[in-house]
Amino acid sequence: MDAIFLQILNGLDKGGAYALIALGLTLIFGTLGVVNFAHGAVFMLGAFCAVTLNKILTLSQRIRDESVTFFEAYKEVPYLEVWFGETGSTLIEYSVPISILVAIPVMLLVGLAMERGLFRFFYNRTHAEQILVSFGLAIVIQEIVKAFYGANPIPQAPPEIFAGSANIGAMLGMSEAIVYPWWRLVYLVFAGIVIAAVFCFLQFTTFGMVVRAGMMDRETVGLLGINIERRFTIVFGLAAVVSGLAGVMYTPILPPDYHMGMDFLVLSFVVVVVGGMGSLGGAVAAGFLLGVLQSFAAMAEIKAIIPGIDQIIIYLVAVVILLVRPRGLMGRKGVMET
Amino acid sequence: MKILEVSNVNKRFGGLQALDDVNLTVEQGHVHAIIGPNGAGKSTLLNCFVGRLMPDTGSVIFDGTSLLGLAPHEINQTGVSRVFQTPEIFEDLSLLDNLMIPALAKRDGAFTLNAWGRVDQDAEIRDQAEHMLEDVGLQDKRHLQSGTMSRGDKRRLELAMCLVQNPKLLLLDEPTAGMSRADTNNTIDLLKKIGERGITKVIIEHDMHVVFSLANRVSVLAQGHVIAEGTPEEMKEDQRVKDAYLGAGHE
Amino acid sequence: MIAPTTPRKDMVMFIVFAIAILTLPIWMAPLGGSYPDLLQKFAIFGLFAVGFNILFGLTGYLSFGHAAFLGVGSYTAVWSFKLLSMNILPAIFFGMITSGLFALIIGYVSLRRSGIYFSILTLAFAQMSYNLAYSVLTPITYGETGLQLAQYDPRILDAQATVEGGGIPLTNLFGLEMQGWPGFYFCAVVLIIGFYIAMRITRSPFGMMLLAVKSNQNRMNYTGLNTRPYTLAAFVISGIYAGLAGSLMAVTDPLAGAERMQWTASGEVVLMTILGGVGTLLGPVLGAAIIKYFENIFSAINESVLHAFFGFLPDFIENGLVNVASLFVGKGWHLTLGVLFMVMVIFLPGGVIEAYDRIRKRFFSKETRSSAAPQAGDD
Repeated sequence: MDAIFLQILNGLDKGGAYALIALGLTLIFGTLGVVNFAHGAVFMLGAFCAVTLNKILTLSQRIRDESVTFFEAYKEVPYLEVWFGETGSTLIEYSVPISILVAIPVMLLVGLAMERGLFRFFYNRTHAEQILVSFGLAIVIQEIVKAFYGANPIPQAPPEIFAGSANIGAMLGMSEAIVYPWWRLVYLVFAGIVIAAVFCFLQFTTFGMVVRAGMMDRETVGLLGINIERRFTIVFGLAAVVSGLAGVMYTPILPPDYHMGMDFLVLSFVVVVVGGMGSLGGAVAAGFLLGVLQSFAAMAEIKAIIPGIDQIIIYLVAVVILLVRPRGLMGRKGVMET
Repeated sequence: MKILEVSNVNKRFGGLQALDDVNLTVEQGHVHAIIGPNGAGKSTLLNCFVGRLMPDTGSVIFDGTSLLGLAPHEINQTGVSRVFQTPEIFEDLSLLDNLMIPALAKRDGAFTLNAWGRVDQDAEIRDQAEHMLEDVGLQDKRHLQSGTMSRGDKRRLELAMCLVQNPKLLLLDEPTAGMSRADTNNTIDLLKKIGERGITKVIIEHDMHVVFSLANRVSVLAQGHVIAEGTPEEMKEDQRVKDAYLGAGHE
Repeated sequence: MIAPTTPRKDMVMFIVFAIAILTLPIWMAPLGGSYPDLLQKFAIFGLFAVGFNILFGLTGYLSFGHAAFLGVGSYTAVWSFKLLSMNILPAIFFGMITSGLFALIIGYVSLRRSGIYFSILTLAFAQMSYNLAYSVLTPITYGETGLQLAQYDPRILDAQATVEGGGIPLTNLFGLEMQGWPGFYFCAVVLIIGFYIAMRITRSPFGMMLLAVKSNQNRMNYTGLNTRPYTLAAFVISGIYAGLAGSLMAVTDPLAGAERMQWTASGEVVLMTILGGVGTLLGPVLGAAIIKYFENIFSAINESVLHAFFGFLPDFIENGLVNVASLFVGKGWHLTLGVLFMVMVIFLPGGVIEAYDRIRKRFFSKETRSSAAPQAGDD
């Protein structure tokens, strides 16, 4: 029982990342009908927003190390600490959460640029061409990141107070063995907040209403004389922000490297397919579901029965879903079902 | 001789009874028109003949075999060809290729792995295709990409693609929909010309002019039900038919 | 107007193609590419792309998992070297058989869907194969180290080849060792045969049906044709081509690793096909050659070469240009590849062959028009 609970918890944070990326993917697909293979790269860019901010905050000055007295030693001290002392080091410590503030405008710009610069020319072209051009874009983005940051993963530290693990078992009066890193808990809450925010935005604003209507029936909304073009652009920006934020907050869990986007993209596509193309709720549900499934498959007991299942479980689910129920768990009938 | 026998066909879509106990018999060699106001279930009925829809109950017997449960390609292999409302042709290919494909399907069946012989050296198939192009007056365009043609020509091509298979039954779904009067008359002439081959035809049509020029038997469908059947002349006078059309017009 | 092909035109094209491939070592010399390692790659990837084109070019089904078959072919061939014989014929034979079987299974399942769902299904299968090759299948694939030959492999058919202290024997064709130029010529001959078969398939009734699948599946069904066996046959054929290419890789360099199966590798063959010209016969080979050639050139360039190249410019401009350009060369070659990918899809979806046709039409439009008129009458 405890083990199961722990596995569910373990799967949820990864599931949160899947859900956020898939949410963006399906928003783009549902409203614009565009298959975006560069969406994983956007997630990766978000993660590198955090890396960049951290680099900027820790820009250092070489000063004499006073603690070493018997020879002239120097140490690197970040400017922030030199200028602001304690406040400065706190800022550095909180660089990941602060990156959120930076990532929102940056990712919005990235999204807008992608839509205006590339995808709007592809609305009327085939899915195959959309896949290919966005695949090319993904390669370009990841190679540029690689050129600047190298190929190695760059670990990011969470703020000190979230560094350890929470003994959830003890809190809930269950076994002591259920220990869960604080930051993962933070990520889970964060993913929940972002998802809720997106849904509220779509539910309670006029803009959101039009977007939802567009997902139901693009042509009719176009006929109503609503400026679809501009809204498309904003949807693209929104999707980029959502998956960028997912990337920012994921950095302490998984040290970002240039190809993390590709790894997550394939999985997120699978998530979208399982949830149902164009279904936002489906994407979120399937994201968490597959995250949890993956963590169950990684249990030693399960692997003993079916070796290697943890490596393929998600794809296996996708294959079964596509064959048995092509519209996905929550997709509407007739949407892209062939 | 009866070639197509439709008995007690019902089809429901949710709360809508699209076909309500339809009975219909088509005689060999006849041109049988199915008319009726919009939403009467004409296209639904046609889709039940070709394997696109499965009726809830009833039977469709063509030439002694039941068509229900067969895939579209199996139905075609029994000798039923269909012309669509919007022409369904191989838009990327030349006219000649468009005709060779059905000719090959007729001769070689639903699947043949003939990956070695050259298709353009197959004299028998090529002759059939060329002759058919001449019959519909498209021989000058045989190397043209078919997607670039006018809608009227596409429809002619589609008709030729069905005829090259020499079907026992030809289903035509509003063959003159959206056509100008001149094009409509051309199509009527063409259909009359192929009528000489003795192929049984079922035509779904709005345009009474077309129906009266071609059909020798008419069934009137209204609200999923066959309300009248007879010769075109009889149907012209039939009060039930007038009501059905006027009623639909008033709605 | 679609220009009809004739057996004679095709034969001329084929002979020119065969001569061009066999004389590659001569005419690639001035381009600085005349060495067997590179030319082998031309032939192997050309074959891979030719096969891929039978599926993507003719039926329009975009598979994102064809690298899996390449990998399977490689693994099988290396195992054949280990267990049976260093003779390459059994290796190639079994490589084609196993990849064909793989393609049959994966294709049977994936082809139940079309469009992006098909792409995602093939992608999912390829990723599964890749992940498994790295994890539980390690006894077969040797995971990260990759599958390699060892001196004391059984080689039951030619155990005498294992000479005490003589090192690992070389792959051979009845004694002719597949290293250097013989290796290239063998691959070249296989490519030429593969090209001829692809040409026959394209011109055959079967090939015409594949084009019909791409054009209008609905009409095909109502014409009495069952689309699924056609697409499955095309899928298996292209899978066998990929397996053949994979086993040739093992022939020229007897090792196999899982990275060959990664989906970026599948993306590469898509790019080759598009770059050359989807659905054309020569295009895929051309695309493969162009990519492998530039990969070779670009990845060899380093900063000092760039400095020499931009040396005539003032220093600050030179340094700036070198900094920018160095992103695209050496290890940054993939960036060039990505840019190329986008540029092709955006501006030239028809590839090099289409570009060539356009140029030819622009310059010779008068002639073609005057010669086309009488052609329509006869023939």
